[in-house]
Amino acid sequence: MLRFLARRLALAVPTLVLASMIIFALQQLLPGDTATALSGEERDPEVIAFIRAKYHLDRPLPVRYAYWATGVLQGDLGESIRLQKPVIELIREKLPVTLELACLAMLVALVIGVPMGILSAVRPGTWIDGLANGVALWGLSVPNFWLGILMILLFSVQLGWLPASGYVPPGESLSENLRSMAMPAFVLGNAIAAVMMRHTRAAMLGVLQSDYVRTARAKGVPTARVVLRHALPNAAIPIITLGALEFGQLLSGAVLTEQVFSVPGFGKLMVDAVFNRDFATVQGVVICTAATYILLNLAADLASALVNPKLRRA
Amino acid sequence: MPRLFTACLLAGLALSTPLAGAHAQTLRFGLMEDPDALDPTLARTFAGRMVFAALCDKLVDIGPDLKPVPQLATEWAWSDDRKVLTLRLRPGVRFHDGEPVDAAAVKYSLERHLKLPGSQRRGEIAPIDAVEAVDDLALKITLKTPFAPLLAQFTDRAGMIVSPKAAERLGDKFATAPVCAGPYKFVERVPQDRIVVEKFDDYWNKDAIQIRRIEFRPIPDTTVRLTNLRAGQLDLIERLAPTDLPQVKRDPKLKVGQAYELGFSGIVFNTAREGSPVADPRVRAAFEAAIDRNAITQVVYNGEYLAGNQWVSPKNPNYVTDYPVPKRDVAKAKALLKEAGIEKPSITMMVYANNDAPQVGQVIQAMTREAGFDVKLQATDFTTSLDQADKGNFEAYLYNWSGRPDPDGNTYSFLACKTPLNYSRYCNQEADSAMNAERLTTDPAERKAAWKRLAGRVLTDKPLVYLFHRRLLWAYSQKLTGFGEYPDGLVRFTGLKLD
Amino acid sequence: MSEAGLSTPAGLAAPVAAPPPEPGALRAFWRRFSRRRGALAGLIVVALLAVLALGAEWIAPYDPTATDWGAVRAAPDLAHLFGTDEVGRDVLSRIVFGTRASLGAGLTSVALAVALGLPLGMLAGYAGGVIDGAIMRLTDALLAIPFLILAIALAAFLGPSLTNAMVAIGLSATSIFVRLTRAQVQAVAAEEFVEAARAVGNPPWRIALHHILPNIVPAILVQATLTIAAAIIAEASLSFLGLGQQPPEPSWGSMLNTAKNFLDQAPWMAIWPGLSIFLAVLAFNLVGDGLRDALDPRERR
Repeated sequence: MLRFLARRLALAVPTLVLASMIIFALQQLLPGDTATALSGEERDPEVIAFIRAKYHLDRPLPVRYAYWATGVLQGDLGESIRLQKPVIELIREKLPVTLELACLAMLVALVIGVPMGILSAVRPGTWIDGLANGVALWGLSVPNFWLGILMILLFSVQLGWLPASGYVPPGESLSENLRSMAMPAFVLGNAIAAVMMRHTRAAMLGVLQSDYVRTARAKGVPTARVVLRHALPNAAIPIITLGALEFGQLLSGAVLTEQVFSVPGFGKLMVDAVFNRDFATVQGVVICTAATYILLNLAADLASALVNPKLRRA
Repeated sequence: MPRLFTACLLAGLALSTPLAGAHAQTLRFGLMEDPDALDPTLARTFAGRMVFAALCDKLVDIGPDLKPVPQLATEWAWSDDRKVLTLRLRPGVRFHDGEPVDAAAVKYSLERHLKLPGSQRRGEIAPIDAVEAVDDLALKITLKTPFAPLLAQFTDRAGMIVSPKAAERLGDKFATAPVCAGPYKFVERVPQDRIVVEKFDDYWNKDAIQIRRIEFRPIPDTTVRLTNLRAGQLDLIERLAPTDLPQVKRDPKLKVGQAYELGFSGIVFNTAREGSPVADPRVRAAFEAAIDRNAITQVVYNGEYLAGNQWVSPKNPNYVTDYPVPKRDVAKAKALLKEAGIEKPSITMMVYANNDAPQVGQVIQAMTREAGFDVKLQATDFTTSLDQADKGNFEAYLYNWSGRPDPDGNTYSFLACKTPLNYSRYCNQEADSAMNAERLTTDPAERKAAWKRLAGRVLTDKPLVYLFHRRLLWAYSQKLTGFGEYPDGLVRFTGLKLD
Repeated sequence: MSEAGLSTPAGLAAPVAAPPPEPGALRAFWRRFSRRRGALAGLIVVALLAVLALGAEWIAPYDPTATDWGAVRAAPDLAHLFGTDEVGRDVLSRIVFGTRASLGAGLTSVALAVALGLPLGMLAGYAGGVIDGAIMRLTDALLAIPFLILAIALAAFLGPSLTNAMVAIGLSATSIFVRLTRAQVQAVAAEEFVEAARAVGNPPWRIALHHILPNIVPAILVQATLTIAAAIIAEASLSFLGLGQQPPEPSWGSMLNTAKNFLDQAPWMAIWPGLSIFLAVLAFNLVGDGLRDALDPRERR
């Protein structure tokens, strides 16, 4: 087990380095650079030249990557030229927002997805199963940003129940915070609920057909008890695995949902940074989210490997 | 699982910045963009100017008639050769850190504008040769050459004075804790979320300041900004979309403020583009003739914006009345194209990928099609469009300029040979001489004559076709009173009251 | 569909190794597929969308780019069943023509992703060793970068246009197909019939093309169908951010992008394009689900 872990961790390093190189190279290919974006309305050529020199934008690509990589190795993710703040501070500021949104979205996904998955597995072919499948298909097919727009139309414009946007930190007012997060969390959770439901259903179907569950049933244990006590714990691993992966995705920022609801999280930070050629910010956030993603993947694989030792070779 | 969520929520609570204090007497102001560095020397965005209006007082302010009025400086005079400007400062004014606003501080700030690496102000006041403190409150500014727009430059960021002590201490990090002499002092900033300022108790005009605290909140989406105002989460928003105006007017809880901008929106043609039809002035003239400016403002802006054909709006005192806004004339456009020998010119027009520019582009596309043009639109992000404009990698570019109080700020950099904003690559001796003449004199009549000469040349050559002038719209809660409308499109916090 | 739609295989596309094709398999497959009402309905919607896309000129009541300044943002009525947009164009006609952008983007980008991902995945799965390691690290790295950020950067670099959006989506989706193909190849390569083919001295390329490829097609097909659904959303997302279809040509995503500025005054501008995206994505998801179930050996009972 330890060797498996060590091997996977060792593989994560080149993956991260490659990811950082790809995103770095890609950013340098974009038309214009930070100096173009930051030169202001006046476009004073001296200012442009100054910014280029100050941030080494006039140096060749590998040299600039080396500058950046050296910083990262010393624990310095660089500075956002546009916002004049260390990237690490920006990440620290946006992390709570993204984290909260991700948690709430997962909560929505679990509350909808898992019970529906269980019910549809227990009663396959019934109307409940049909309904659950319908909900899953809806979740998989409805575009996030459209759902967001529709919800704003209904709950903010028509009914005036929820704020259309405007993030309120929980420290300021917890109830306002939850009100402002309700719609984005639902929009994101709705999509994940679909995947959750399908995985729960598949996993539960598998377990319910296994011998020991049949035995338990034959012994006359009540269905609810069989499902919750015997079947669910065994079906939990794939659900947790999936949850971890989806959570990893959420942490990398829900770009469009954040855009629609003006939630100041990672997604919005990154999109703004790409458009403003704020290289260090894009680089820093991508590296952090990529590392999280890889670690959560690893955790998910570990969970699977614990259950199924054959996978350890892979 | 529930425990995980509790943990997450707690983490969110712990990590987020708690904001102490009640909402009472706090003005929540929705901005269109997140301002850049809060350092008057380095700043470049319009939204930043909104915040500076609270933080930093200027040497002079601008009056409703676009003439300078006293702020930190109470009196000023030009020497006869127009190369020396003397200023007299308001006595007893202090910076937020308690330091006095004296001649030495003003000298320091102006020199900082001129010398700080990366200064965005250097170009605006470049003709300054030396700044000399005559006594505690008197200054002498010597110019290399006469430069009439100087006082007008002092009504904006170039005239903002910063505390030398704070500037020395923070260096190029001044923006992280700006110290000026404005009615409000800096409290905190969370990028892309909020900027908070608080009333400065030693402000020289403190009796006119009623509101304790201002929170600036960047919300780029126009609709979202308005929704927040209507829901009571904001008290004031800037740059309301004209299409939203009827809706705001119907709402009894909201009020509207407005002013025509000092800038312009227009089409920049790359006159140096080889092989492109836009290099031919007749094609550019045909393009203009095919456009109905009023229809653009009607369709896209509900008729709220003002059609125009010059660098200042027809309502501006500097507008050259001899050249009124031309009417659409498709027959003339076709005739011009025929004369140029390009009856079906294909032109690519670059537009910002924001809310309204692609819409203007599509209206122009449809209009010019009737004259035989085939316009292709290229919606690009802001940085890309600047990059292409710098490199001359475009044919036509739908552009807007926020404007400066002095018309020089709307013309010189765009039309003089080899200037940074001259994306048209326009270079004409007659135009250059008119612009130099305008700079050399402070006499209004002489300057007016120079503008007329310039208009005669530029409106014929059409390196730039001016289309319309935006009306800056604010919407605010009826609880807010004392809202003044200023031609530079900035809010003055003096006299504002929130019940 | 979750935001970064393309990075996680849609639904349950677990690698499935199918046994070698048998005679009459196609008919049996169709029987299994058509038994599912949802799949059939999805197929019909896809067919209808294809008809709309191909016959847009004849079906749409108006020219999708013809402006009418007398009828800007007019509510739906008999002349304009879906209303008009911000410069007075007929929304219905734009929806009809927008089918081209969406279907085109879905099909083209996935074709590109398969064309790149399939050979790379086969190479990785079959060659193993250093080549496998290199390809897989690259794939992992691409998967670790948030999909939309990758696509936005690519689209911004290539310049905003529908074609470039397709390329960006296709490139971003490639890694899923590399992974899937590799897993499939490894599973199939261990099967007895492959061992047998190797034993009789077939060269590796022949084994790959004649023995392995036909057996991994079903899984790829299922994933491709589901990825088309995701790619349609991705195209709409990029257009929503202004990086896809350029005005005045219509695309559902760019229509939504404009519509969000007029939610209060002209909600119909937002409802129809969104509904169209939803329907198209739903249809491809249904077809994909049907394909998977029909091809899945576990379901053959």
